[in-house]
Amino acid sequence: MTCLLEVRGLTVELPTPAGWVRPVNEVSLHIDAGESLGLVGESGSGKTMLAMALMGLLPPGARVEGEALLGKDRKEVAEVKEKNAREPGVAGGKNLLALNERQWRAVRGGQIAMVFQEPMTSLNPVMRIGRQIEEAIRAHESRLAAGDVKRRAAEALGRAAIPEPQVRAEQFPHQLSGGLRQRAMIAMALAAGPRFLIADEPTTALDVTVQKQILDLLDHLRRELRLALLFITHDLGVVRQVADRVAVMYAGRIIEEGPARQVLASPRHPYTQGLLNASPTLERGKLSPIPGSVPQLTAVPPGCAFEPRCSLRRAECVAAVPDLRVADQSHTARCVLV
Amino acid sequence: MHTSEILLEARDLRKSYRRGGGVFSKEAEGPRFTAVDGVCLAVERGETFAVVGESGCGKTTLARMLVRLIEPDSGELGFRGKDLLALRGAELRAERRQMQMVFQDPFASLDPRMRVAEMVGEPLAIHHPELGKTEKQERTRAMLERVGLGADALKRYPHEFSGGQRQRIGIARALILRPKLVVADEPVSALDVSVGAQVLLLLQELQSEFGLTYIFISHSLPVVAQMATRIAVMRAGKFVEVGPAEQVLHLPAHAYTRELLAAVPSLPSR
Repeated sequence: MTCLLEVRGLTVELPTPAGWVRPVNEVSLHIDAGESLGLVGESGSGKTMLAMALMGLLPPGARVEGEALLGKDRKEVAEVKEKNAREPGVAGGKNLLALNERQWRAVRGGQIAMVFQEPMTSLNPVMRIGRQIEEAIRAHESRLAAGDVKRRAAEALGRAAIPEPQVRAEQFPHQLSGGLRQRAMIAMALAAGPRFLIADEPTTALDVTVQKQILDLLDHLRRELRLALLFITHDLGVVRQVADRVAVMYAGRIIEEGPARQVLASPRHPYTQGLLNASPTLERGKLSPIPGSVPQLTAVPPGCAFEPRCSLRRAECVAAVPDLRVADQSHTARCVLV
Repeated sequence: MHTSEILLEARDLRKSYRRGGGVFSKEAEGPRFTAVDGVCLAVERGETFAVVGESGCGKTTLARMLVRLIEPDSGELGFRGKDLLALRGAELRAERRQMQMVFQDPFASLDPRMRVAEMVGEPLAIHHPELGKTEKQERTRAMLERVGLGADALKRYPHEFSGGQRQRIGIARALILRPKLVVADEPVSALDVSVGAQVLLLLQELQSEFGLTYIFISHSLPVVAQMATRIAVMRAGKFVEVGPAEQVLHLPAHAYTRELLAAVPSLPSR
């Protein structure tokens, strides 16, 4: 299968005093233009580290393996893949994971952009909103005339549905509400015209009514601009609202993947089932928590990482990490029971 | 026979803060911002009274006023039939022992160099100086065990625990004096879903075991739905709707409650 973004065998290793740990472990995923993939996991599952690897923002000393291909379209990704296969020695022409910092500067913002949980920490507090967006545009199109940059920045603010864009452009981040700040962040992320957007818990710090508006905006923008969207969240309800497909991460691996509606309606991995049963809803019901906690990266079990917490475990679960098995067409789960 | 009994009662509580007008401001007195604007409530013994609202609605200021961590500008506050605002000194301390708070992150306000044994045992040392060392240790150990932590936790430091374990320690510290009332301010907001559910269940168990009354503050309607007997919806310092949980969740009377409910992302029913 060929897509706008294709990730194969992505592994990230970090040095710790206790030795190397693997926050991301052989992750493969793909996202098409205009498609939204929801990446679900609890803290420590590796979802943010995966995003950082795709943005070239890993901490110093990190080791990365695998391949992440980003093309203009399916055709280009296919060509690059073929070329890499032909000449493995020079692989990395388009492999994001092999870019150097200078190459990253053209890709980051220009082709891939990211929206973070807390816009206040990503925006410059002493710079007017409009100037920050202009800066993002100029970083990628240094020869654009000043008037054009200003016009493009105003367009970006308008695209993010910021009311009174001219007024807001002259304000500083602290003068904006949390929701408007996140809209400004989205405007900035999209200003230089990326094709792939990573949104890492973009609504977690917001009130529910504002969250809904931001989710609607992201949904509208990815359809209109045919963006490939990687939406990272811990909230299954949010994923249901924004994602076409969902990938569930646990201890660095993807343990279940499939169409969002199907995975949420009939999850096949015991962890996904447990997560759903532990999620509070408006119906008062008996909450069933998952016993125990997410394993430390320094002590990931040798077999299935969820085995110690799993009520359905078998002897074979300890022996080896289960493969991703096909549950139903495009729905897969890493469990021996599938 | 069951007779409802009011444990805590508040009438027309108000609190406003000066907006701006800080140290570097030219004006001595900025305009005032009203955080809590005339709240009345009556919490019955044994119930879970939830206050739900969005950020800045005044719910945390209200929670802290109810246990007198913040002094109200005006209003009345009754606890166990006494005028809480009139109490001073030893009398106030005696009532304070009966009301404890559970915070979002219990360690944000505590000494990171304190071992868990001291942290959980500290309220005992303050309020029950007559207890011997062994008795204090025994009660601390028993309370930690009740919230699901082994004796090996006693000698360890806060940073050695996960978020869920820290909240269990915070709950142990709140309950060691066997209070009547527990005010929990966003107790699971900082926790992962699977761990948050563990803490909610623990709070439910402890409530029936120790006969506790809860005031449960949260921004999350789904979380509140699991805990509350009654729900107050707060907006801009006022309660816009108060009622039995089922009614507020399924037959909301106020437009704002309906708006909040509609914004909750839904999950497939199970």
